[in-house]
Amino acid sequence: MTKGTVSGVIANMVTLKVDGPVTQGEICYIETGGDRLMSEVIKVVGSDVYVQVFESTRGLKVGAVAEFTGHMLEVKLAPGMLSKNFDGLQNDLDKMEGVFLKRGQYTDPIDEDRLWEFTPIAKVGDEVQAADWLGGVEENSQPLKIMVPFQLEGKAKVKSIVAKGQYKVSDVVAVLTDAEGKDIEVNMIQHWPVKFAMTQYKQKPRPFKLLETGVRTIDTFNPIVEGGTGFIPGPFGTGKTVLQHAISKQAEADIVIIAACGERANEVVEIFTEFPELDDPHTGRKLMERTIIIANTSNMPVAAREASVYTAMTMAEYYRAMGLRVLLMADSTSRWAQALREMSNRMEELPGPDAFPMDLSALISNFYGRAGYVYLNNGEVGSITFIGTVSPAGGNLKEPVTENTKKVARCFYALEQDRADKKRYPAVNPIDSYSKYLEYPEFAEYIKERINDRWIPKVLDLKTRMQRGKEIAEQINILGDDGVPVDYHETFWKSEIIDFVILQQDAFDEVDAVTSLERQEEILDLVVEICNIDFKFDNFLDVVDYFKKMINVCKQMNYSEYKSEQYYDFKNQIQEMLAGHK
Amino acid sequence: MATTAFQKVYTKISQITKATCSLKAKGVGYDELATINGKLAQVVKIAGDDVTLQVFEGTGGIPTNAEVVFLGKAPTLKVGDQLSGRFFNAYGAPIDGGPEIEGKEVEIGGPSVNPVRRKQPSELIATGIAGIDLNNTLVSGQKIPFFADPDQPFNEVMAMVALRAKVDKIILGGMGMTNDDYYFFRNTFSNAGALDRIICFMNTTEDPAVERLLIPDMALTAAEYFAVEKNEKVLVLLTDMTSYADSLAIVSNRMDQIPSKDSMPGSLYSDLAKIYEKAVQFPDEVGGGSITIIAVTTLSGGDITHAVPDNTGYITEGQLYLRRDSDVGKVIVDPFRSLSRLKQLVAGKKTRKDHSQVMNAAIRLYSDAANAKTKLENGFDLTDYDNRCLDFAKDYAEKLLAIDVNLDTEEMLDVTWTLFRKYFKIEEVNIKKEFTDIYWK
Repeated sequence: MTKGTVSGVIANMVTLKVDGPVTQGEICYIETGGDRLMSEVIKVVGSDVYVQVFESTRGLKVGAVAEFTGHMLEVKLAPGMLSKNFDGLQNDLDKMEGVFLKRGQYTDPIDEDRLWEFTPIAKVGDEVQAADWLGGVEENSQPLKIMVPFQLEGKAKVKSIVAKGQYKVSDVVAVLTDAEGKDIEVNMIQHWPVKFAMTQYKQKPRPFKLLETGVRTIDTFNPIVEGGTGFIPGPFGTGKTVLQHAISKQAEADIVIIAACGERANEVVEIFTEFPELDDPHTGRKLMERTIIIANTSNMPVAAREASVYTAMTMAEYYRAMGLRVLLMADSTSRWAQALREMSNRMEELPGPDAFPMDLSALISNFYGRAGYVYLNNGEVGSITFIGTVSPAGGNLKEPVTENTKKVARCFYALEQDRADKKRYPAVNPIDSYSKYLEYPEFAEYIKERINDRWIPKVLDLKTRMQRGKEIAEQINILGDDGVPVDYHETFWKSEIIDFVILQQDAFDEVDAVTSLERQEEILDLVVEICNIDFKFDNFLDVVDYFKKMINVCKQMNYSEYKSEQYYDFKNQIQEMLAGHK
Repeated sequence: MATTAFQKVYTKISQITKATCSLKAKGVGYDELATINGKLAQVVKIAGDDVTLQVFEGTGGIPTNAEVVFLGKAPTLKVGDQLSGRFFNAYGAPIDGGPEIEGKEVEIGGPSVNPVRRKQPSELIATGIAGIDLNNTLVSGQKIPFFADPDQPFNEVMAMVALRAKVDKIILGGMGMTNDDYYFFRNTFSNAGALDRIICFMNTTEDPAVERLLIPDMALTAAEYFAVEKNEKVLVLLTDMTSYADSLAIVSNRMDQIPSKDSMPGSLYSDLAKIYEKAVQFPDEVGGGSITIIAVTTLSGGDITHAVPDNTGYITEGQLYLRRDSDVGKVIVDPFRSLSRLKQLVAGKKTRKDHSQVMNAAIRLYSDAANAKTKLENGFDLTDYDNRCLDFAKDYAEKLLAIDVNLDTEEMLDVTWTLFRKYFKIEEVNIKKEFTDIYWK
């Protein structure tokens, strides 16, 4: 293997003189004071190789020896990753010794000694290609697959496969013969370079299946789909993390991967503490069992922060290839972009807007492009739904990360300071936010089957009413309550009904936190019914009184257990209030 | 720092800028300290045998033939129980005339706590100030700044919080503090008889600006010693983090780095996070110590979109705002913009069960009062409810929000209930029946 010696250091960028060939993106380890520092090649100029070190470079001297590994930054994929906490480079954090993270301490993400009940799927003589399923193991009741190595080119034949039984991840479970007659031994472990997308599937169609999140402002107003992409920008204090946690707790996914990328450590601790206690609303099992956390908190090394989102995405792709529905959340992609900026700055590259690297836009779009709904080669389907948060500087959405993300993500959930100040949570702005999926004919077709064909027109109608409500609010502000016709007040208060009853939702209330699709349909129908009544009030004070009362009853209904006696009580109260006006 | 025998002395500086010196040297480690004619400097760049040093107190007076000695270590602090009650400069050297500290020498800016070894913060820190305890409860292991304009009395409030909080150690990191403020802290702590649990690292406006980059790491290294080795509850006060950020900008500018927003370095977020994330609650298995950070970020004209408060807001767990309330003529903790993100971990759990409901009801009524005030200013007629809200607001600000209040949490809740009963009907406060049954008497 190639060796190198350190010739320069600026913070975590190190230059090496090398004695042989190196690859862009190759991993090397630099020896210093008994520690081995993992580093990645980011630039080569003649025999000078620039690497970014994933650790602190304190004390590193010129002349220190670096050893290249011949492979790029990769993750180790095998059963046994669920419910674990990894750092950005896939080290198992629980296996690390001591209270403090020690420099140069790397731990195995997989438990080598654990036994798995392997059930063969493929038979001897089967023709297989990369990522085809050879057998299955069960982890936390998720059906995982053991697959043909992703790197296999062309076809191979199954020469032998073990019988059903207990095996370790490193035991050979199958032998394949490739086109040239060479035998390939297959165990349960796969390696994959994180910066490359796994594309061993047949087709990636436009996604169309609604992904239920239980959050009304998303499901009803701006739905996200299985394999879809979305992003949540918002200034600090507007509830990004609460919304992300709500989605990850409630979404109808098989696997949830949370990449805490450069955020507060206490937020990760909250997940560690709460998820093992919480039940998955869909299976009744513990949430932690289907969750993987990639924690690269803001005080961990910056270069590993960039790696953390790729590590998370690669794991997601691994599970998608097994035909599972994966939800990937990254909080926050801005910190990842800032890590890129720090590195680009040290390499003295010409800066783009706000000193971010010029290729930021390409990096973001490639990353979002790795999500999606796919048909696997065996006809099964899998998906990665990706939702990233963005932390725009000063809350201003006209900044490079937000703008470049907007170009690629199909759902936009804009958190707004003004709504947060008014305690209208989730503070998703109903007018600026959008879901492109509402325009997909595939999605309309699916909704027609799943709910009915009146759903989307109703949602679009309410959106128009919100817009109209906002315009009227502005007019009332200028002209005064008496300065506009009474029916303007009615239109405005109808938009308030939509806001208070559908859009606002209490993430900390046991009942209101999750709304099933069936219940959302009832709420939507009710609100549409109210909006379509011509109330004919004489006086704007009556309008205000009536709607305030109506909102109160509707909210009480939202707080009541679905289909409970109380729930129907409130529903009847609403109908009584409406009866006089129909 | 004295040089020892057989250390190589370099005498040929090839480049001098306002903050850095470069020279040819071999065997130098990154981040290593050096002295240049006795002035302390740190290695910030190595390119072959060209070594660039950042000189903390500035390069004025350094000749090209100055004696440069590399010390073979990063900045360190000697830690031990003797730190208690002492005052130090940015290098950890005593400035109170007392003896040098004897103890274990540790590098400052050490590694981060493994997130899986943290515990979720859950212990209330009582300050007696209702604007904090009632509305924005502090929790041990939290990090929270005051966002304040320079003319606001944040140092006074912070000193008060520090003295009232039931903690084992208070560590003050002063960055760019005026000499007057330094003496204010010294006298306040000394008058309160609290000097034995105070440790102070001080960089005043009279000291070189770049030196203050060492202050937070010094303070937090001392904090980690007491929290980890002695299992103590440590409160760290950092004032003012905006001066710290200004020094970061100076250095990055001298290093020819491309500035990002507001002339701040692109790494500002990471630099600040490294400091604030030292706040931690350790689980009982490792002694149960904690580090809580209360900082000050001065604003310019209340602008929180500036890079420093903006990045800080994304890192810290809430922020506290002070405001002068003209109705009562006192400084209050602004209940609208202040936020403690961790308050739900203790409110109603470590405090009385009605805490959250009472807090929300009071703030809602206070905000109704603000609306009534706007109405009044615009010349509209006030309803009876509006008038009662205004009266309530005045009493509420005077008896609870003002920073000179000193009550325990139960008393705060009782006072609020008294105000509710005085000004409102039971249905107007909108509190769950289970609490009004007990407290509406």
